[in-house]
Amino acid sequence: MATETSRKLTMARAISEAIDLEMAADSRVFVMGEDVGPYGGIFGSTTGLFTKYGPNRVIDTPISESAFIGAAAGAAAEGLRPIVELMFVDFFGVAMDQIYNHLAKNHYMSGGSVSHPLVLMTAMGAGYNDAAQHSQTLYGLFAHVPGLKVVVPSNAYDAKGLMIQSIRDPNPVMYFFHKGLLGLGWMPSDDRAVVTVPEESYTIPLGRANIVRDGTDVTIVTIGAMVHRAVEAAEIAAVKGISVEVVDLRTLVPLDTGTILSSLKKTHRLVIVDEDYLSFGMSGEIAAIAAEQALEYLEAPVRRVAVPNVPIPYSRPLEQAVIPSTPRILDAVTYVTEF
Amino acid sequence: MTRSAAQPLPQASTLEESLRWLRIMLTIRRFDETIDELFAQGKVHGTTHLYIGEEAVATGVIAALQPGDVVTSTHRGHGHNIALGGDINAMMAELLGRETGYCRGFGGSMHIADQSLGNLGANGIVAGGLPIAVGAALGFQLQQQSQVVVAFSGDGALNEGAFHEAANLAAIWKLPVVFVVENNQYGMSGSVKEMFALGHLAERAAGYGIPATMVDGNDIFSVWEAAGQAIETARSGSGPSLIEAVTYRYKGHSKSDANRYRSREEIQQWRQRDPIDHLKEYLIANGADGSSLAQIQREVAQAVADALQFAESSPWPDPSMLEDAVYAKEDGTHV
Ligand SMILES: Cc1ncc(C[n+]2csc(CCOP(=O)(O)OP(=O)(O)O)c2C)c(N)n1
Ligand SMILES: [Mg+2]
Repeated sequence: MATETSRKLTMARAISEAIDLEMAADSRVFVMGEDVGPYGGIFGSTTGLFTKYGPNRVIDTPISESAFIGAAAGAAAEGLRPIVELMFVDFFGVAMDQIYNHLAKNHYMSGGSVSHPLVLMTAMGAGYNDAAQHSQTLYGLFAHVPGLKVVVPSNAYDAKGLMIQSIRDPNPVMYFFHKGLLGLGWMPSDDRAVVTVPEESYTIPLGRANIVRDGTDVTIVTIGAMVHRAVEAAEIAAVKGISVEVVDLRTLVPLDTGTILSSLKKTHRLVIVDEDYLSFGMSGEIAAIAAEQALEYLEAPVRRVAVPNVPIPYSRPLEQAVIPSTPRILDAVTYVTEF
Repeated sequence: MTRSAAQPLPQASTLEESLRWLRIMLTIRRFDETIDELFAQGKVHGTTHLYIGEEAVATGVIAALQPGDVVTSTHRGHGHNIALGGDINAMMAELLGRETGYCRGFGGSMHIADQSLGNLGANGIVAGGLPIAVGAALGFQLQQQSQVVVAFSGDGALNEGAFHEAANLAAIWKLPVVFVVENNQYGMSGSVKEMFALGHLAERAAGYGIPATMVDGNDIFSVWEAAGQAIETARSGSGPSLIEAVTYRYKGHSKSDANRYRSREEIQQWRQRDPIDHLKEYLIANGADGSSLAQIQREVAQAVADALQFAESSPWPDPSMLEDAVYAKEDGTHV
């Protein structure tokens, strides 16, 4: 029975609530990672779970990412449903072999005999001056290798539904949460991510994009925190008489190509906004799909607004200059409309 | 293990030298207290890891190094750079994100490096510096130079694969490297008691054939003596050692820390064993006069205040320089 609710949640609360519901419903689900226990996860993704489920289902690990991510894969192969936290996605390097060569490939290489149904959740994103080893998004890197699903919610409602779906998915799912969307007291957070969230369990299928704003002149394809910047740009563009459609991909793998293409058939112009490095990433992939499958509809060159090919700098003016900003998005929108 | 204040100074150390150490330790503390305040005022962003309470480790170890020796530092790295004689104006400017900072604003707290002083860099990745330290030591060995490398790490870092692989390389190649483990009892919230099945972290070195000692990290003389021996061993070609320096951090792990994993009493108990107070008592007992210690304290406070003044009046970096340092230039220049 769906309860009428106007309860608003932060994204961090939505994530911990989703995990809580699945842990209550399915005894195979457990959580593992650094500081996920009494501490509640440094980004609040496991708040309250240790008190409720105890140390056998909410397990604090040493700083040994390769071991505990690999261990999650093994536990998943033996019938459990681990949720494992990599504190910052930037730390993937110390555990990449387990992720790329094992988690991602074992199902395929074993002809389907071995499987690793787990969620690898991780914090990403810039905007609060944490410098080059703590500010990246990197989802494109993981979407690149076949075998991993890649989920990137932009608000609390999606965060909950996508988390529950990810836990139930029979594959390894990488679940990225943007630090600047979580609603933590101690770092800046975008209020637009705080939305109404039903109390009960619900799922959002992986591979279904969300049209967060309808428009007819330009399509912006984006994901994560950039969704809100794109909407802001769309609001400003609307005042100038440009109607912008904003597509929140929500998952990179699977990718909802259909929604992208049908939007392009309507607007004929494409801007991609990506908080990842410009080269060899999501923005290039979406542009390639447009070139391969929608060229005849395009009336302007595709524009990409992304992080230039530099590590994320520390100092505020430098960092602000590399993260896609509303003015940069607007420039791209103007360019494709005036072309 | 802990020396009492009534004991005489260790032979090789003079009162003058010990006063210099006190100045360094006070500088580290005042610098990091200032950073803490700036964070609270919203003038420093991101994250920062304070060395308050652990000053004797960096100061004692680095006092045993010689010019030309190098260190790899960690995310909790301000103390290492200050003990090396780092420029606190440039450090403060870096933390405030200014162009006059050590890294011109590119790096911030976790990435301060000063190769001219032998600091190969702080590091945002736990244990990330350890293989680099081993490589620097290999560089010295292959070039038949007599320098030594000190690889600082925390306790938590000993559970990363990088530590294990680096320790083994150092051992089999007999490299001139000293692993200094700052055991401050915790990673972020994970305590040494929960994260190791060892009585003492130093025991781990045996598995690699590396000799190890455990010292009171809040007693600078013990640290200095143990470091001196290990560094001498390394310099003489006898290979790596590991020192576990037992200490404590007073402040939260970083900005995000709510101290939920330890008690007030525990923090208070460690504060009773403060490394700076300990050194002061010791100096007084050995003939230093209180007014000269107070004078050092005032000078340090002034120097840190000056550093802040320097940083706050420095320009912000210009985004036009964003791509400057991504690659070294063909002509050998950097930025
Ligand atoms: C590979 C990696 N994993 C996790 C982190 C997050 N992290 C930063 S410092 C830290 C604790 C480190 O503990 P320790 O080595 O004991 O050093 P301390 O902070 O106590 O000085 C953790 C988990 C990181 N920076 N890098
Ligand atoms: Mg520690």
